[in-house]
Amino acid sequence: MINALERLGRSVLDTTGRFGRGHLFLFRTLLRFFGIFKRPSLLVQQLFSSGVLTLSIILVSGLFVGMVLGLQGYNNLVGFGAEESLGVVVSLALVRELAPVLTGLLFAGRAGSAMTAEIGLMKATEQLAGLEMMAVDPYERVFLPRLLAGIIALPCLAAMFAAVGILGGHLVGVELLGVDSGAYWSQMQASVNFTNDVVSGLIKAVVFGVVVSWIAIFEGTDCVPTSEGVSRATTRTVVSSALAILALDFVLTAVMF
Amino acid sequence: MFGVNSKSGATARAKAAKQQPVVPVLPDGEDALIKIRNLHFSRGRKAIFNGLSFDIPKGRVTTIMGPSGTGKTTLLKMIGAQLAPTKGSIEVDGQNVHRLRRKALFELRTRMGMLFQSGALLTDLTVFDNVAFPLREHTELPESLIRHLVLLRLHAVGLRGARDLMPSELSGGMARRVALARALILDPMMIMYDEPFTGQDPISMGVLLDLLRTVNETLAVTSIIVSHDLQESLSISDYVVIISDGVVVEAGSPDQLRSSDSPWVQQFLRGDPDGPVPFQYPGPTYQEDLFGESTHD
Ligand SMILES: Nc1ncnc2c1ncn2[C@@H]1O[C@H](COP(=O)(O)OP(=O)(O)OP(=O)(O)O)[C@@H](O)[C@H]1O
Ligand SMILES: [Mg+2]
Repeated sequence: MINALERLGRSVLDTTGRFGRGHLFLFRTLLRFFGIFKRPSLLVQQLFSSGVLTLSIILVSGLFVGMVLGLQGYNNLVGFGAEESLGVVVSLALVRELAPVLTGLLFAGRAGSAMTAEIGLMKATEQLAGLEMMAVDPYERVFLPRLLAGIIALPCLAAMFAAVGILGGHLVGVELLGVDSGAYWSQMQASVNFTNDVVSGLIKAVVFGVVVSWIAIFEGTDCVPTSEGVSRATTRTVVSSALAILALDFVLTAVMF
Repeated sequence: MFGVNSKSGATARAKAAKQQPVVPVLPDGEDALIKIRNLHFSRGRKAIFNGLSFDIPKGRVTTIMGPSGTGKTTLLKMIGAQLAPTKGSIEVDGQNVHRLRRKALFELRTRMGMLFQSGALLTDLTVFDNVAFPLREHTELPESLIRHLVLLRLHAVGLRGARDLMPSELSGGMARRVALARALILDPMMIMYDEPFTGQDPISMGVLLDLLRTVNETLAVTSIIVSHDLQESLSISDYVVIISDGVVVEAGSPDQLRSSDSPWVQQFLRGDPDGPVPFQYPGPTYQEDLFGESTHD
């Protein structure tokens, strides 16, 4: 009983401590914001490794999600004779919800876990300490470019996810099931609002970008510097990012729509 | 005076150590570059330093010795201000490193070189780029000059031919020599070497010893070596400090140490497993552990 209480207390302290350190970490990284202009090449490099290398998985997933939406949407709409509205259903679902959320989840799994593992290993092999001793600030040199790359890459990836998804819906709905192509596009154009739907979807993606890369980098710096510690931190990145994305998605949806 | 020790038990020894901390004075005519005063530090419940005080002379080779786990690496990290003590101070070149603002600290660190126990090379850069890294970060030198300087340093550690390898393709000893080349590249005023000789074959060892000595003599670099390789380090040191249980137990020139009558020093120099310096990490006695009541259920 006492043991259980003790364990509960310790885990509460642990979590609060990590929470505080996490915020301090984000604050310290953002303080160095202007440092990125000193070495823009670092940002480009990170955009490549977390953005470009995630692109293929995003495109493939987007295509399949769009195709499933096309199929499901058609099957449901055709009962009301409303299959002409398929374009609206597919595009709204993608732009508002699925593209930012699924991209966020995929990004956490593909790029976020890699960031955590990389930084965790840098810590375990004393590379971060080495940088500090060479008077190079790891916040500016290692963390900031990764954070910004995540924030920039995620909305771009989400936009591409949505675009490919809409094409996937078109492929199934129009090419296979015979919905009128003109109706698919024109109804979509008429009902999808730029600020309400597209911009709010992108805002979600930006928020997820901040959260995922923040969690990923922080977990890397906060890990126990052993191989087990790094693997645990990687798992924590994926789990916490997923939870944070889903919870924030609800909050953002409630606020914006 | 060491009579207490016959009672055995690590705590009795630790107490004896606390009661007789030696606060060494530098030999005449030596200037201190680093002043460590009354340093206290703990990791969890374990006290690592209990009022450690000594000076490190400028332009000399100083070796810090002590049993494994006494906190030599920790001390080097404190000198580099990567860890802060709970009490006490460290002054480097007249500046209290733990009171400096970030900018001043970074400026000071560009004048400090540190060779990590693990090498700490950046794994995504080649050997060449690793050595060039501090130059590219801190200077505006043209690439041709950087190449020149890097090859010079790599040549000195015998790895000019390995410049295009990645750190993962190096052996432990090679990685440490690359790290040494990198630590030397900015011509620092002081270098801290954490176990530079581990994993070196006799030839590289000889070369390294020469190199360390040359670096110290030609560039007047203050060198601080943490090492367990007794004969090697004594052969190139001007000053030796032995730490145990968080305090200095002896300090002086290699000759003074060899002729010291302190049982600590004699045990350390001879490598006896038994004596005032405990070989075992503090804990319950062996007998208790093996035959006593089980402590975890
Ligand atoms: N990150 C850490 N967390 C908790 N304790 C630590 C940590 N790092 C070191 N210690 C403890 O601090 C003590 C000193 O460690 P340190 O690495 O400074 O020893 P050392 O003198 O360099 O030993 P060695 O000669 O084996 O390299 C050890 O007893 C170790 O248990
Ligand atoms: Mg050590």
